[in-house]
Amino acid sequence: MTDTTDTESAPVEELESDQDPSAPEMSVADQRRATHDMWVSGTEDTYPFAAATDEGAQEMLPQADDPGASMQAGIAVDDDYTSEVLVDPDERQIINMGPQHPSTHGVLRLHLELEGETVRRVKPIIGYLHTGMEKTAETLTYAQGGTNVTRMDYLAPFHNELAYSLTVEQLLGLEVPARASAIRVLMTELNRVASHLLWAATQGMDIGALSMMIYGWREREICLDFFEKTTGLRMNHNYIRPGGVAADLPDGWQDDVTNLIAVVSAGIGEYEELLNENPIFLDRTMGVGVITPQECKEYGVTGPMARASGVDWDLRKAAPYCGIDQYDFDVPLGRHGDVHDRYTVRMEEMRQSLHIAGQIVETIPSGDYRAEDRKVTPPPRKRIDESMEALIHHFKLFTEGINVPEGTAYQSVEGPRGELGCLIVSKGGTRPWRMHWRAPSFAAVQALPVMMTDSLLADVVASLASADPVLGDVDR
Amino acid sequence: MAGVAAEPGFLMTTLEKGVNWARTQSMWPASFGLACCAIEMMGTGAAHNDLARFGMEVFRASPRQADLMIVAGRVSQKMAPVLRQVYDQMAEPKWVLSMGACASSGGMFNNYALVQGVDQVVPVDMYVPGCPPGPQSLIHGILSLQQLIMDGEIRNSTGVV
Repeated sequence: MTDTTDTESAPVEELESDQDPSAPEMSVADQRRATHDMWVSGTEDTYPFAAATDEGAQEMLPQADDPGASMQAGIAVDDDYTSEVLVDPDERQIINMGPQHPSTHGVLRLHLELEGETVRRVKPIIGYLHTGMEKTAETLTYAQGGTNVTRMDYLAPFHNELAYSLTVEQLLGLEVPARASAIRVLMTELNRVASHLLWAATQGMDIGALSMMIYGWREREICLDFFEKTTGLRMNHNYIRPGGVAADLPDGWQDDVTNLIAVVSAGIGEYEELLNENPIFLDRTMGVGVITPQECKEYGVTGPMARASGVDWDLRKAAPYCGIDQYDFDVPLGRHGDVHDRYTVRMEEMRQSLHIAGQIVETIPSGDYRAEDRKVTPPPRKRIDESMEALIHHFKLFTEGINVPEGTAYQSVEGPRGELGCLIVSKGGTRPWRMHWRAPSFAAVQALPVMMTDSLLADVVASLASADPVLGDVDR
Repeated sequence: MAGVAAEPGFLMTTLEKGVNWARTQSMWPASFGLACCAIEMMGTGAAHNDLARFGMEVFRASPRQADLMIVAGRVSQKMAPVLRQVYDQMAEPKWVLSMGACASSGGMFNNYALVQGVDQVVPVDMYVPGCPPGPQSLIHGILSLQQLIMDGEIRNSTGVV
């Protein structure tokens, strides 16, 4: 016991003496990374499996010579009745997880092929929430389409509406007023915060930090209260529409947003106090569910997952929409691509989104909240009583819909889960001929086997929660 | 026993009140989330709305420990058999609450993919309207269901005491 404490403390002192005194203090997580050998999938040859902890280990041997390590890794199976180590491919068992499972975040189903406690093969099975929304969109007019698309990724309704509206506006060749764009950015960034808060709540719950469930929801309700005040609904708002937004921000919205920023920022600080130095949380997240930048690109994984691996790709910087490039914000990046880095990246993203919201409160331009195009946006209610033209436009808009010229358009936005894109093929008329969505959760679910293969069964839930898939987004 | 239930006397009616009261105050829902409504269902159980006030905060992961199935969200054709299996696994007495427009009637999605109302698959005791219903609506639906149980007889879903 004394030996292990000595060997543990030695590198820490060495590390501290090496450090530049002006350098920022290392976080507990970074200290752990510097002093512990992390076992991640694919590095079995570099690190023996037992190196992640010295608990219960008598002596460390190279993996080839250590039967205990190969047994723990699931390569070998220990049999009490035989003296030699047995390696038996028939020892694999297949278990089914989902679609009715509290930790699958919806109705995802996983086939897991296990060797002891180690997962050797993962097969995600989707389609349990297939709603036929892309087909339904072909029967709805462009004005009705927002109601449909907002229900796809139900944790990011504003992002769905925004991608859809921008695509329709691209087909129409329509410019929206600056105030409408600012409102759109405000709502989508607050939606990112709400979505990440829900992720923090469920990620914490899935790996045993049950209080996080209550805390995350507590702050999310404040965001939802503001959404309800602005749009009339807590979810599925249909607020961002082709041509602008449905209504102007309510009276006193500046105070609401300022209060929201203060409360949620304080909340994020509380979560970090709770989790950042929590040894159980660190053990459950560090070195778990690793995905490399190369694998992210191969599987089309975007958003916080790719950024946690170090891929510097954020559509708000790479392909700005709604004038989001005029606001000052950073794109946080991770280095290790594990569950813990996804946690730090998302926490920082919430702060950055609140920072953007704070800038909008100060700089929002005055003007109209929707485009002055009577073929796209309905006239004000008062004008209908005064003007025959306005009445006709209103009637045509709500019976026939918006007439969109022939063409194909694709527009993507940076959703809370990554690149959320909408493709619309129009053959003229008031309904899309075909609509297709590029769903970030779909790519994330596709990459689950990469993260989970050769990890432990208990880490499957941690990896899944950190990918933050929304099955409404996957299946549509 | 069946004869007693047909013409309940003083003893049975008093017992019935007691049993019904116990059932209403400890109704454990199965965590059967499907789509958007599941988020509102979780929100109802979380801090702001606190479903624990009505003795229902214990969302059970296993249907075998649950009394109430809240069908929260749209039921696809692929999910319907799973839903029925979960219902069959629940122990008597059991109730079903259909949450939201999609579960109640298919909602706005009248197409090839969705079951047009979960009552085609399982018997539903209470419908909650909304898309999605807010926590207040869900709590109202649950309280109405509790009242229904309180006013009802001690029977299981097959009608046998």
